[in-house]
Amino acid sequence: MTQLVSLIQAAVVFGTVILFGATGEIITEKSGNLNLGVPGIMYLGGIVGLMGAFAYESMATDPIPAVCLIISMVCALAAAALGGLIYSFLTITLRANQNVTGLTLTIFGSGFANFFGGSLNKLAGGVGQISVATTSSAFRANIPALAEMGFIGKALFSYGFMVYLAIIIAIACQYFLNKSRVGLNLRAVGENPATADAAGINVIKYKYLATCGGAAITGLGGLYYVMDYIKGTWANDGSIEKLGWLAVALVIFATWKPKNAIWGSYLFGVLFWLYFYIPDLTRSSQEIFKMLPYLVTIAVLIIVSLRKKKENQGPTALGLSYFREER
Amino acid sequence: MQNKTKEPFVRLAKRDGMPTLKAWGIRLVSIVAALIVCAFIIYAIVKLNPLKVYVSMFEGAFGTGKRTWVTIRDAMMLLCIGVGLAPAFKMKFWNIGAEGQILVGGIATAACMIYAGDSIPTGALLILMAVVSIVAGALWGLVPALFKSKWDTNETLFTLMMNYVAIQLTSYFVALWENPYGSNSVGIINQMSRAGWFPEVFGQAYALNVILVMALTIGMFIYLRYTKHGYEITVVGDSHNTARYAGISVSKVYIRTMLVSGAVCGLAGFIAVSGASHTISTSTAGGRGFTAIIVAWLAKFNTFVMILISFLLVFLEKGAIQIASQYNLSDYASEMIMGIILFFILGSEFFINYRLIFRKKGAKEDAAK
Repeated sequence: MTQLVSLIQAAVVFGTVILFGATGEIITEKSGNLNLGVPGIMYLGGIVGLMGAFAYESMATDPIPAVCLIISMVCALAAAALGGLIYSFLTITLRANQNVTGLTLTIFGSGFANFFGGSLNKLAGGVGQISVATTSSAFRANIPALAEMGFIGKALFSYGFMVYLAIIIAIACQYFLNKSRVGLNLRAVGENPATADAAGINVIKYKYLATCGGAAITGLGGLYYVMDYIKGTWANDGSIEKLGWLAVALVIFATWKPKNAIWGSYLFGVLFWLYFYIPDLTRSSQEIFKMLPYLVTIAVLIIVSLRKKKENQGPTALGLSYFREER
Repeated sequence: MQNKTKEPFVRLAKRDGMPTLKAWGIRLVSIVAALIVCAFIIYAIVKLNPLKVYVSMFEGAFGTGKRTWVTIRDAMMLLCIGVGLAPAFKMKFWNIGAEGQILVGGIATAACMIYAGDSIPTGALLILMAVVSIVAGALWGLVPALFKSKWDTNETLFTLMMNYVAIQLTSYFVALWENPYGSNSVGIINQMSRAGWFPEVFGQAYALNVILVMALTIGMFIYLRYTKHGYEITVVGDSHNTARYAGISVSKVYIRTMLVSGAVCGLAGFIAVSGASHTISTSTAGGRGFTAIIVAWLAKFNTFVMILISFLLVFLEKGAIQIASQYNLSDYASEMIMGIILFFILGSEFFINYRLIFRKKGAKEDAAK
């Protein structure tokens, strides 16, 4: 039982990181922009959020948790949206290739984050490890009365607020995409920008807003990783990059529907941590087990392409730049 | 009657066939602009004269004979992968999976070195390793191509996932071959016997790398430009309908080209393991599979231009590592600088492909008439 609880907890914490990433990327991709810069944006959100919190904590003698939260959140959102803006400007206005631009953004983001992360670790001095304890504990705060409530409490209520925020954002995006006029317009832009343009939708504006907004949500995944998953520290080990690519995979897994991303993300979490709970695995066979999330994604990719159901495909104009004068 | 049509302040028009020299001029300007931006960032961070920093970057890449050769070795590595990716990208097949193809090639090579190192003479061993790594890489590239050609499975994400499968596979073999026990790394393979290591040519340890990669570069240039296969790749890349109309089987071209692409990337793994690091780890590919995409794309699949771009990128990397150690910074600065420069080069393509037409000053009066 305790094993099951700890597996669920590990899976939820892991899943939340990629749920943010995937929800943001779904919004972006619905506008027809395939942003392969997800890992880079997560890096940007994570490191700038950390820098903001670090600056505040080292300046204030007695940091207030709520202010810590707000500062790091605002920093993360702004940095991630800025990453999205670079991508948008290059692909939408300058019509650069989306895949190449996205990969460049990932290189830039990981360089930026690891550079400043490494420097922060040096700045923090002493043990050579930065730590923003107040902010991190604010992120991880839960309601003790609920969290102590036996199995259910531990499995459902023992997390920081961002776990629930991720679910709320995903549900809101699901509603936004399918039930609102703006969402309908956005989907039209991703399916066929020329038609959307003819219908009077401002394609460029929609693409910009969706990409930057999606990037901001993605950036929260990086912030959550830094503040909760690794408890307000920084490590140059490239795990954000891995998680970022898993978020891209989750978009396919969820067939571009945020509601599927919710359970999909936790499933990925279970698959990722499963090796830890299977007895008598040697270290080498553990590595084989860690392939599972990727193999499952490949399987889903193949099944989706086999079934060819219209509603399970990505946006038709995904990956193409829109040039109004080109017919 | 007042004519109400408003001419936009700036219009775009596609531009065809800018002279090569002018196009390269624009790219050069963009690189210079990027370096200026980076100079400001460097100044903001370390408060040092950026020019001096650039000079020490140059020293980091070419300061000593040994450094120069390491720079050459790494540039060749990047070039080799770029050459491998060129045919796939030219037919618009998004092979993001070079990373995985390199790793499986590397695993195959390391396996030969470990299990056959002592029993086969060096020449035969090298050939065996090359063949095995080519087969491994080609198979890794073949899987997504098969699904793409049969069911149109999205290759960008398929190849991306194959990378991670390959990384886990590498971790598995690293744990299996661990040496010494508990170190969680394979260590230098055959350190004493040097079995399966690239022999020195002209007294240089890395000369064989250069020879191999240069041969590939020239070969791929000819393959893409002067052979029937290369022509078919171009047609498939431009339009599937045209290809079908001309009687080219798109799925056959996909499969064949990905075999070639994967094979060259697998061979890159062979060069990385046997000719450079003499070990295998999950960082054997080290993100080069992604960087090489940018190399291939920026060079417009011209393998000779790739030589230049590979050197530029490796120069930046080595230079930044030098600055980092000299000024006590993290060497990830190189990735950041590389990102900025690539953003600028990507952006500059716009000015090569499109023309900006500004509203003429007299236009308003014309419209009023």
